[in-house]
Amino acid sequence: MRTLLNILKKELLQLKRDPKILPILFIAPAIQLTLLGYAATTDIRRVELAVCDLDRTAASRELVDRFTSSTYFTLTATVDSQEMFTPLLQSGRARVALTIPEGFAAERAAGRPGRVQLVADGADAMSGTIGLGYAAAVLGDASSAAGISPLVDLRPAVLYNPDLVSRNFMIPGILGLIIMIMTTMLTAMAIVRESELGTMEQLLVTPLTPSQLIVGKLIPYALVGFVEVFTVLPVALFWFDVPLRGSLVTLLLLTLPYMLCTLGLGLLISTLARTQQQAMMLSAFVFIMPQMLLSGFAFPIQNMPGIFRVFTYLVPLRYYLIILRGVFLKGVGLAVLWPEVLSLVALGLAILVLARIRFRRQLA
Amino acid sequence: MLRRTLAVAVKELLQLRRDPRTAFTLFGMPIALLLLYGYALSFDVQHIRLAVVDQDGSRAARDLADSFLQSGYFDLVSHGGDPRVLDRLFDTGKAQAALVIPAKYGSELAARRPSTLQFVLDGSDSQTATTILGYARQIVGSVTPVVRTGTGNAAVVQAPLVWYNPDLSSARFLVPGLLAFILMVTSVIATALAVVREKERGTMESLRATPLVAIELLVGKTLPYLLLGSAATAGTLVTARLLFDVRVRGSLLWLAAVSLVFLAVSLGWGILVSTIAETQQVAFQLGLLSSMLPTFILSGFIFPISSMPRGLQLITHLFPARYYLTALREIILKGAGPEVWWNQAVGLVVYGVAVLALATVRTVRSL
Repeated sequence: MRTLLNILKKELLQLKRDPKILPILFIAPAIQLTLLGYAATTDIRRVELAVCDLDRTAASRELVDRFTSSTYFTLTATVDSQEMFTPLLQSGRARVALTIPEGFAAERAAGRPGRVQLVADGADAMSGTIGLGYAAAVLGDASSAAGISPLVDLRPAVLYNPDLVSRNFMIPGILGLIIMIMTTMLTAMAIVRESELGTMEQLLVTPLTPSQLIVGKLIPYALVGFVEVFTVLPVALFWFDVPLRGSLVTLLLLTLPYMLCTLGLGLLISTLARTQQQAMMLSAFVFIMPQMLLSGFAFPIQNMPGIFRVFTYLVPLRYYLIILRGVFLKGVGLAVLWPEVLSLVALGLAILVLARIRFRRQLA
Repeated sequence: MLRRTLAVAVKELLQLRRDPRTAFTLFGMPIALLLLYGYALSFDVQHIRLAVVDQDGSRAARDLADSFLQSGYFDLVSHGGDPRVLDRLFDTGKAQAALVIPAKYGSELAARRPSTLQFVLDGSDSQTATTILGYARQIVGSVTPVVRTGTGNAAVVQAPLVWYNPDLSSARFLVPGLLAFILMVTSVIATALAVVREKERGTMESLRATPLVAIELLVGKTLPYLLLGSAATAGTLVTARLLFDVRVRGSLLWLAAVSLVFLAVSLGWGILVSTIAETQQVAFQLGLLSSMLPTFILSGFIFPISSMPRGLQLITHLFPARYYLTALREIILKGAGPEVWWNQAVGLVVYGVAVLALATVRTVRSL
């Protein structure tokens, strides 16, 4: 126990003496969170709209008004012929183009449906599809204002995130991402640095067992992980107004099994890399990036084909994201989240055992 | 001059060959990312976990539930008459959406009286939720009749058309962005590391003792990465064409020209990073932070720029990937000529001249 405390103290001292560590620990996560919090929005607003009104009647102008007065569209161009849509759509000045043909008002007055033409830019698939969806809603309103309504009304009730703010979904995920980047990368580099500097040899001739050495190396970085949580949490809660419906204690407690995995990965990387540069490349490109893409952080897992979906079960962030979003948005606790916690513990132990075996072999 | 530059380039290539891990990362990452994005990642929502609560039990109610399942978007996870199971289903994430059909739905429909269906959604993932609601509205709208309550005009109907990417495939939309991402990350990091490595190992001093002038050294060092970047671009385009049927609609020549300008910008950026960093570790972090993060989130690669707050929209202009990405989408997907994307190209050229000039000045001073 005493020896363990000693190595802990040494590790913390080393962390404190590294002048570059403070900006990495506090400033980088804050910048990442702020940038991602603002930029990573999938709430499509202000879809650029071009209008070609060939009817030029009160009814057609009223329809155009319906589009422009909604927050979904910004009118960027009004043109006189459909040919002029091509350069607008090509340059991205318009994502959706609306044509109201001649005779639109007359047809409707005669009791026949008034047809309009919508063109969406599929190259920006997200704005394009969602723009078409918004347009359908605007046209539906126009129809019901004229007294045509469906017999069966579909009334949506949105749980957990009633205003459908994408930030509430993304920001808890960013917390998981930052913990992974910090703990995995810093652990890997700290251990590789000892080998690179040759001080690992010195540690080995001390009475420390390899397991004590590992635990002593990992605990300081677990503390770093919690420091990250407490740096990021206030920004998320008070700046971005993300609701924390569950308990903070549950959140912190369930972060432990996740860190078991991320620290274990750091240790594993350190046994694979010989230099700090290799450690960084390995963690960034081989471990962190694929995990980010396959965890459901931005791309829903349910949309992936079978093989990839199976692979996501090996990604710790996948489980932690369910925990984070469960505690933040759904306000659930261990009673619901236990399968994720068990998976994380099992995965973490497996990673640690693998890393421990490789670590011993490397020392021998 | 040419001979000396080439000598540096050859030396750099040799070094790259001797470091298989780095070379593998630089070659392997683009292909791996392309496969991942092409096959695995998409926003096309499918397999929506639907719970049906049928309090009616009539034929019409069953038909309605069936039309949800037959649409191909929904997987049934629970079917019953008791809405109290929904809490648990949503909390555990077993259900994403629930259709609640009220009692007497069938008889009201037969009597042509209006009725209301409830559609419960897990809103956590707002984008998926919006898409699901869109599907549900479409299905209900297509299987149930409309009534005319007023005496006003007829309905407005639309004929939607999608240009450039008619089946709205995510792969087609992501490939141009991926190209920008790969070029930026590999060239910035590789160049920065290559230059800083010499500094760290002290071999920069030996290079200075040779008759090389700064420009020859810089060009020689970046030339291999220019080749590597061009090869990666071509490889990505061929893979995208073969596996995901992404065709370049515009002119290949223009594509190559714009890509070369962008490569020059990225290499210049890498050199700039190398003049700031003293160690490879710092170079890597600076390179990663200044190239990967902005290219991923601030270029319009995944998150549309027009939906960002105004201030952030202005900031996106500071990153070259934004211009390249816009031009690429226009050339590859829309087949547009220079008259459409000239402003993006001008942005890139101005950027390139500035970055290269700054990088050269700083390198010359540090040498």
